[in-house]
Amino acid sequence: MADVTIKITDRDGVMHEVQAPTDMSMNIMEVVRAYELAPEGTIGVCGGMAMCASCQCYVLNDVELPEMGPDEDAMLAEAFYVKPNSRLGCQIPVTEDLEGLEIELAPES
Amino acid sequence: MPSKKMISTDILIIGAGPTGLFAVFEAGLLKLKCHIIDALPQPGGQLAELYPKKPIFDIPGFPSVLAGDLVTNLMEQIKQFQPGFTLNEKAETIEKQEDGTFIVTTNKGTKHHAKAVAIAGGLGSFEPRKPIIEDLEFYEDKGVEYFVKDPELFRDKRIVIAGGGDSALDWSIFLSDVAKEVTLVHRRNEFRGALDSVEKVQELKKQGKINLITPAEVTGIRGAEHVEELDIDHDGGHRTIKTDYFIPLFGLSPKLGAIANWGLEIEKNAIKVNNALDYQTNIEGIYAIGDINTYPGKLKLILCGFHEATLMCQSVYNKLNPGKKFVLKYTTVSGVDGFDGTRKEAEKQVVKAIE
Repeated sequence: MADVTIKITDRDGVMHEVQAPTDMSMNIMEVVRAYELAPEGTIGVCGGMAMCASCQCYVLNDVELPEMGPDEDAMLAEAFYVKPNSRLGCQIPVTEDLEGLEIELAPES
Repeated sequence: MPSKKMISTDILIIGAGPTGLFAVFEAGLLKLKCHIIDALPQPGGQLAELYPKKPIFDIPGFPSVLAGDLVTNLMEQIKQFQPGFTLNEKAETIEKQEDGTFIVTTNKGTKHHAKAVAIAGGLGSFEPRKPIIEDLEFYEDKGVEYFVKDPELFRDKRIVIAGGGDSALDWSIFLSDVAKEVTLVHRRNEFRGALDSVEKVQELKKQGKINLITPAEVTGIRGAEHVEELDIDHDGGHRTIKTDYFIPLFGLSPKLGAIANWGLEIEKNAIKVNNALDYQTNIEGIYAIGDINTYPGKLKLILCGFHEATLMCQSVYNKLNPGKKFVLKYTTVSGVDGFDGTRKEAEKQVVKAIE
């Protein structure tokens, strides 16, 4: 399976264009960690259980994403800096459908 | 204030997560005593605090084990080595003594004297996640509380709790019997918690014992020297509410905290250790094990923490008993002798002819 290209703007406003594998059952949060786009300990704190919101990101373009599950929805209801386009990176698996996705990491909280 | 008695131990473990707990067992096999400090009120670290009901599938020998059950099992496994616990306190300062021992003092002034220190702090100590409200820090201890440490503080007072999870629900329920007035504010109409907690809040709301404001958010705090009033955005409108206390309960987030100032080499929010030998840090006698350490090829897995804890204990033993002859013992062969006088051992086989 092919990699997909994702544009990720880090918390300092720097944009990174990265290749994300679609065959390693990774999610967006793990891609950010793999490329070290946010310091360890500031992202993916709960490990990817939609329980900490440290991987909150803003979706910047209209690439279709999987629908939000109840856990993600509830976590975002308690998170800070939430916007209408907020998602949790850990709840978005990397698939071929994500080609061209652009996101921005929400501030650390 | 009279000075508290100093707690003395062989290995002081900072962090009561799985790695820290298992270290007690390995130390016990080597007749070393342990004492554990943890910022949370209960042992178990993340497993107990974040996901006690979730399964873990990569503990060797357990096809599946609930995080909470793993903690219970570890506590049972180390029981006979009688570890001491300083819970609800954070390790704040460390002073190395001339004889190479250490004195670690917590944020509450409890002092611990140890021959070695093992930092098993995971991602750090859990700190409350603070909502983004102007002047919030100014009102801390002046009406803003992030924990309900002593419910009596709120007796016959007006309180506003913010949050939509279990702790917001549970404390609203509990304090509805203590406080004069309980208001629960949440950004959504829906709450995420145990079903019976949600139903109980529903019932208390009907009885008028909990004032529910949703969908709403606390956006400002006012008061001369203490919280007096909160600004609330409620369903598109603004309102203010008079209160004595504001308790935001938005969960906890781990921070390295005071340990970052101990002179340890830190890289990527983790403590660098010597993984070729014994997981010791750049300060002799201070070790870092489990998720809090880093070295080339580090994996933040519980099973790796167990291994690191074991090698750490061996290193401490060798340091405390220089030159003393020692061979590795298998628990199956040697059994386990507890500090409490108990002994566990394999059942003896019989040698008997079969006629």
